Amino acid sequence: MVLTTTDTTARPPRKSLLRENPSVLWFMGLLGLFTLIVSLLSEATGIGVISTSLVKILGMTLCLCLVALAMDVVWGYCGILSLGHFAFFGLGGYAIGMSLMYARTEIVVRDNLARGTIPPTETEVLDAVAAQIFGVVGSSELPLIWSFANSLPLQLAMVVLVPGLLALVFGWLAFRSRVTGVYLSILTQAMTLALSLYLFQNDTGLRGNNGLSGLQNIPGFLDVPQSVISMWFFWASALALGLGYLACAWVVSGKFGAVIQAIRDNEARVRFLGYNVEGYKLFVFTLTAVISGIAGALYYPQAGIINPAEVAPIASIYLAVWVAIGGRGRLYGAVIGAAAVSLLSSWLTGGGAPNIDLGFYRIVWTDWWLVLLGLGFVAVTLFFPKGIGGLFDYLVRKQS
Amino acid sequence: MAPVADAQTEAATLQDVLQEVSEIVANPSRAQVPRLLERLSAAELPGTAEFLRAFSEREVVQAADGRFFLSRENADQTLTLIDPDSGEEHGTVGTREVSQIRPNAGVRREINASLVQFELMDPDPARRRAALASAARSPDADQIPAIAAALKAEDNADIRARMERLLDLLNARFATDTAIRVDAIEGLRGDISTEARRVLNQLLQTRADFAQTLPEDANIALIRQPGEDISLIAAYAVLADADLVPPRPGRNAIRDALRANVVDGMVGGIPVHQLDTDERRLAAYRALEDNGTLAPLVTEADMQAAVDQYVFFDAYLEPDQGVTDAAREALDSTRTLIGLFQFASLTLDALSLASIFFLAAIGLAITFGVMRVINMAHGEFIMMGAYTGYVIQTLIPDYTLSLVVALPTAFVVTFAAGVMMERLVIRHLYTRPLETLLATFGISIALQQLAKNIFGTQARPLTAPDWLAGSVAFNDLVSISTLRVGIFFMALAFLLMLLFILNRTRLGLEVRAVTQNPGMAASMGINPGRINMLTFGLGSGIAGVAGVAIGMYAQVTSEMGANYIVQSFMTVVVGGVGSVFGTLAGAGLIGSLQKGIEWFNPTNTLAAQTYMVLFIILFIQFRPKGIIALKGRAAGD
Repeated sequence: MVLTTTDTTARPPRKSLLRENPSVLWFMGLLGLFTLIVSLLSEATGIGVISTSLVKILGMTLCLCLVALAMDVVWGYCGILSLGHFAFFGLGGYAIGMSLMYARTEIVVRDNLARGTIPPTETEVLDAVAAQIFGVVGSSELPLIWSFANSLPLQLAMVVLVPGLLALVFGWLAFRSRVTGVYLSILTQAMTLALSLYLFQNDTGLRGNNGLSGLQNIPGFLDVPQSVISMWFFWASALALGLGYLACAWVVSGKFGAVIQAIRDNEARVRFLGYNVEGYKLFVFTLTAVISGIAGALYYPQAGIINPAEVAPIASIYLAVWVAIGGRGRLYGAVIGAAAVSLLSSWLTGGGAPNIDLGFYRIVWTDWWLVLLGLGFVAVTLFFPKGIGGLFDYLVRKQS
Repeated sequence: MAPVADAQTEAATLQDVLQEVSEIVANPSRAQVPRLLERLSAAELPGTAEFLRAFSEREVVQAADGRFFLSRENADQTLTLIDPDSGEEHGTVGTREVSQIRPNAGVRREINASLVQFELMDPDPARRRAALASAARSPDADQIPAIAAALKAEDNADIRARMERLLDLLNARFATDTAIRVDAIEGLRGDISTEARRVLNQLLQTRADFAQTLPEDANIALIRQPGEDISLIAAYAVLADADLVPPRPGRNAIRDALRANVVDGMVGGIPVHQLDTDERRLAAYRALEDNGTLAPLVTEADMQAAVDQYVFFDAYLEPDQGVTDAAREALDSTRTLIGLFQFASLTLDALSLASIFFLAAIGLAITFGVMRVINMAHGEFIMMGAYTGYVIQTLIPDYTLSLVVALPTAFVVTFAAGVMMERLVIRHLYTRPLETLLATFGISIALQQLAKNIFGTQARPLTAPDWLAGSVAFNDLVSISTLRVGIFFMALAFLLMLLFILNRTRLGLEVRAVTQNPGMAASMGINPGRINMLTFGLGSGIAGVAGVAIGMYAQVTSEMGANYIVQSFMTVVVGGVGSVFGTLAGAGLIGSLQKGIEWFNPTNTLAAQTYMVLFIILFIQFRPKGIIALKGRAAGD
């Protein structure tokens, strides 16, 4: 029997998580340091060098790093180029947005109705809330999908369940019929497109083109200034990113990590070795979708508004761009890519960068940034397939 | 009458005739006007119809010297006089210098009726057709005798048919005799034109009504059973609107009533702050009802009792039952035919959409099929072609000529761009297909932004030449714009051309060889690099030409390509990679599917697209390789 001959050399002892991923400690340290510095410089908890809006941008960037991590696991480690993870991100945002918007509208409506001589009944409150939220799309009834919006715990569960279930069903269908490679990418893109078209409709119960707004006002904390709330979200985002990093590092290491990387390199051989390839892929796909949903749920209260354009297929492709530029197949690469590209993008398109006058032509960054990004992306794909993260390999090799 | 008849031969101009009966013209009365009309019709002079129209429109004036003119009011309160004979302007006068003739409504009706007759008897068939068309636009009972008279004299078969049809339309609505109307309605049987159906539908209009007993004289369309065809609450509301029963207070009315009766913080013995449920509010209301402050609440039983006393029904506005029965039967007879024509129209739309998808996707299908390369910048080649067309149109003002120039130029431009892209980028990524997807996406966003920088963000017009601007109408139900027909034939031409290139030329042979097995092809002396380059150029070139067509059909913006790219991918994937017929099948399926779904919910194209994408996702489950899958070694991956 094979079992009897098993010895320690055939089955190497499992290395510890940190030994296998030396980047985890570095990352945690840097993330903690970054959070500390931002806290000390912020308006709410420090000397006030960093404005509230910058804190929000940094907090949002941390969320983008988290979704990029998820993308890196599913693409860089498992080889599934999903063009749908930003859709899961948006779904998480919609899930939390429904709760926030409902709760805030309810407070406003109750205040209004309390001015009458007779206290309102629950039905009256419900009707008024529905009319307030859906008046903009010409409806006054609360759609079925808002049934849980009045309960924060249930809606928080939706943040995880909706993207998770969608990913589970979609992934099961796609992987079961062995859709792989570019086909799978296009199929995920189709899913994203269908979702965004669905959200764009006025009568599907999520306010169509208007999206959900006013999400930066957290019900129950309406008296707390935005500078403080933005710090809370910043810390929550940093915590989520830290935990997400740990979770992802755990997933991609050990035997499980080895299997999913083997699936990336040659799916057929892994299958012939007797592994249930579909199960592994489905797990990774669903887990990363859930992480994306959580990231979205933290992102949109900081952004303040979510609309269907956020879920458009292009956003998911940008996600792939970030990960590719940062460096696939290494977790810190995804974080670097997402942070660098999204911050650079908001700096250049936000008018922060000085325009360059060439005499015969004036380079306006808002016009030329996308051209630069596009061409830069081509260059990265062609010449630096390892992305920015590849530089670390270079440095490490030089040291040794 | 006699002296008038005598003068007839001498009258050479309309003015002369008018002068002979100037009394009547100047002071038209209902009794006298037939004489004037008779005289005019006997004279058969040109310009009579125009004069009568002006007469009825109160635009005829009498100058100080007694002569009659048509007039046109100017902005500065003056009148331009027009000679009734020649139609030429005769100078401008102030409104007070001439007497304006104002025939009353009765006179005008007489004039209008005879005007129709004048025009319908006109020797020029084109004018008779025009008169019929204008009569059809404003149907009126007065036209019936004129058309009937004209019909007797008409010898042109086509005009006769039109007259008969118009007469049917008019008789169906306005005739007084049931037999004539039913006869006319019979004549409209099987007529699918909108006018005929409108007339029939008008006859079948109903109004909702109620009475204690079913009235004998009403032409009943439907009796509504309360609780089945009409809800109890709605039926009661109808009665309440007619003040027959007290209105049923809704939730808001109860609240308002309570609000008005707050005494010392209590309503009916219940403290105000407890009134936050419907039950307590109802209890408070009952308490007030018992001491007589408020009118009693209407209960379900009350409503039922009130409603039971009445019959609710829909009655035809048309009282004659024979007519409504005939109209219903006539409408029913066309239903199948209309359904068929609507289906035909839908099929045409689907075909047109499919040809657009085909044009957009076929270039993609070639590159994907031969090189296994996903070209995300394909949409931008479409855009590039459209902008090429736009630029050429600004250089060559003649639309036809510019189109003729634009099509090959767009091909050349995008062919060159495609070859360049293949040489510079894609060639290096053949072993990494997922990364070509990303690299071409990078090119796509760069090109899109470049187009924005050069042409701005607003849509640019790419105007189709006039001969493509109209539409081809088969009947009232089936019509399609000429441009779409043009696009259809263009797609057909591309299909044939591609089939020819792929199956009948040396290049096609080599392309097919490389598609099936690049390694083997290379060892047979084919240079796969060259084939890849040419294929990519060909695919891009076709995208450019498609761009010109799509640009005329939609609008030229920097995002137009992106709008088609996902659909194009769907088309390729659904159809099956590497097959022209597969793409054709995919385009056909997606086009007809989208139109089919739109048919169920025409107002919501977004929903149609959503369901279509969902369908495609499911479709891929069952045929992962598309409708037409390559078999054997070529299918290996």
